[in-house]
Amino acid sequence: MSKTLFDKIWDAHIVRDLGDGEVLLYIDRHLVHEVTSPQAFEGLRLAGRKVRRPDLTFATMDHNVPTDENRMNITDPIAKAQVDALSQNCSDTKVTLFALGDERQGVIHIIGPEQGIILPGLTVVCGDSHTATHGAFGTIAFGIGTSEVEHVLATQTLRQKKPKNYKVEFSGRLPPGVTAKDMVLKLIGTIGTAGGTGCAFEFCGEAVRNLSMEGRLTICNMAIEAGARAGLIAPDQVTFDYISSGNRPYAPKGDELEKAIGKWKTLYTDDGAQFDHEITIDVSNLAPQVTWGTSPGMVTDVTGSVPALDAVAEYSPTDVRAALDYMGLEPGMKMTDIKIDTVFVGSCTNGRLQDLRDAAETIKGKKVAPGVRMLVVPGSESVRYAAEKERLDRIFVEAGAEWRYAGCSMCLAMNADKLADKERCASTSNRNFEGRQGKGGRTHLVSPAMAAAAAVAGHFTDIREL
Amino acid sequence: MEKFKTFTGIVAGVDRANIDTDAIIPKEYLRSIKRTGFGAALFSDWRYTADGSDNPDFVLNKPETAGAEILVARNNFGCGSSREHAVWAVQQYGFKVVIAPQENGIPAFADIFRNNCAKNGLLTIELTEAQVNEIFQILEREPGIKATVNLEEQRVTVHASTGDKVYRFDVDPALKDKLLKGLDDIAQTLQYESDIAAYEAVNR
Repeated sequence: MSKTLFDKIWDAHIVRDLGDGEVLLYIDRHLVHEVTSPQAFEGLRLAGRKVRRPDLTFATMDHNVPTDENRMNITDPIAKAQVDALSQNCSDTKVTLFALGDERQGVIHIIGPEQGIILPGLTVVCGDSHTATHGAFGTIAFGIGTSEVEHVLATQTLRQKKPKNYKVEFSGRLPPGVTAKDMVLKLIGTIGTAGGTGCAFEFCGEAVRNLSMEGRLTICNMAIEAGARAGLIAPDQVTFDYISSGNRPYAPKGDELEKAIGKWKTLYTDDGAQFDHEITIDVSNLAPQVTWGTSPGMVTDVTGSVPALDAVAEYSPTDVRAALDYMGLEPGMKMTDIKIDTVFVGSCTNGRLQDLRDAAETIKGKKVAPGVRMLVVPGSESVRYAAEKERLDRIFVEAGAEWRYAGCSMCLAMNADKLADKERCASTSNRNFEGRQGKGGRTHLVSPAMAAAAAVAGHFTDIREL
Repeated sequence: MEKFKTFTGIVAGVDRANIDTDAIIPKEYLRSIKRTGFGAALFSDWRYTADGSDNPDFVLNKPETAGAEILVARNNFGCGSSREHAVWAVQQYGFKVVIAPQENGIPAFADIFRNNCAKNGLLTIELTEAQVNEIFQILEREPGIKATVNLEEQRVTVHASTGDKVYRFDVDPALKDKLLKGLDDIAQTLQYESDIAAYEAVNR
């Protein structure tokens, strides 16, 4: 019988059928961070249970950590308690920890692929909704809550119902200056933030095949922003080259790698396999995207304007009005007339080396506009080292940007990096919710090159015209 | 987990769609390593003014909805982050049930949030848009109204002054059983230890 890529991986991980459509699903990799894990470890301790497979569990500190020079000395006592708890929990249970100060530390979804922990055909979970990122390798990867984190720690399995299969084809060739970020924002704007609820996306088509691993990771990362817990891309030579290259200590090597690649080549959707939903988006004429509201689906072309209240298919006029009031915008304003105060380049969406290169290329030899603050936060310490080797840090610093250490930083503003009330930000992150980057802060989601272009101009500008 | 019992409680409505987890509990409250103490943080950006005092316009600060146990909202409630703190905040404030509408393929609740609710015994009820509209109309006329939620019989009864309004709802049979019995997932799964070990023996 013809199967989708998702169904192949799913079926290979069923430990037991629990009835009523529920199965016990085996979990191959469990990623852990400091914010959603302490209560899970505490739950285990109280019940006298052990971590079943510490060898399949990997942890780091990212959400809460400072990204400035003094990052090793966390002055916020509550944040420090959380970071310390993770160290203690990992040491007690023998879980591998990439701690603050370790050159492998970074945003959990950046370091998993980097270290070779994430491989095609696996099931991957983490107490974080952006776990979908790892689907770029052809894995089933999804975010879970803390109760499920505890369940995986104790049993290495999850009780799950199979989601529906949703095929998202990006056809055509991406024009210069337009990126994976623009593709996924376009998708969310088209189907809405709940369009993929109950589904796993499979991203395919010419435009996806032509993307680097970095670009693929960006698209899968934002699957959850369209409501889908998971998004996958079938592995191909780009995937195998990524895993074979660089320093990926946890990936197979030599003969083992060759054998694995042979197996990974069977990971694709069979001809004739049925999807529950399908959509095709032609990217040949796609323009760079900028969000204007407080939901990632509130998005338009950089050449466009803030829409009329009743002109947004997925949102009611009341929702649009509330979003525009919060954002301090009015219908009809041109996107390129919107002035910004801050630029954030980083996050699990766009904090990889390619993203920093895109931003650096745009800003090289130019200056950040007067009055604009720009923060560049590498997604991991490995990304930071690699960028510094290419002297990207110098380009940013000479342009007037701040060059930071790795962490989630202003993507969710749990640490000191946050927006003030009414401060407006061009951000390469994934959520423009009210208060996401700081109470009262106004977020516009864009690609790294568009963020850097906005930093120079002081307002949004079409990267294709530079 | 506590068993879900039939109860009668005050209904409070937050009339917004796409209420995300950052709105339910802003991140500054996520730094705790405990599982309790999140009730005061629920909807904090809406509930409190800049100086930290109660915002008198927000529904949960109205005297008639004090002690509310049933929350009604619009579709795609709980979208965004996987933070279970959002469920803990709703529950620890005192809510036992969240009601939202599912219509035209737009879900009532986001996947991860709904799943997290199930793990904590917080009942999510999906009604039609027309039914939820009707509840909001009743709340508009009669703030502080009570309703009875009976999971066994899958029924919400809103006790309006003009008479009871009864809404039947669907629930996954396995989840219903789990909530009514207050079962612990991990203990149940550990019964299948031999299946897990057998899977591991073959696959790695």
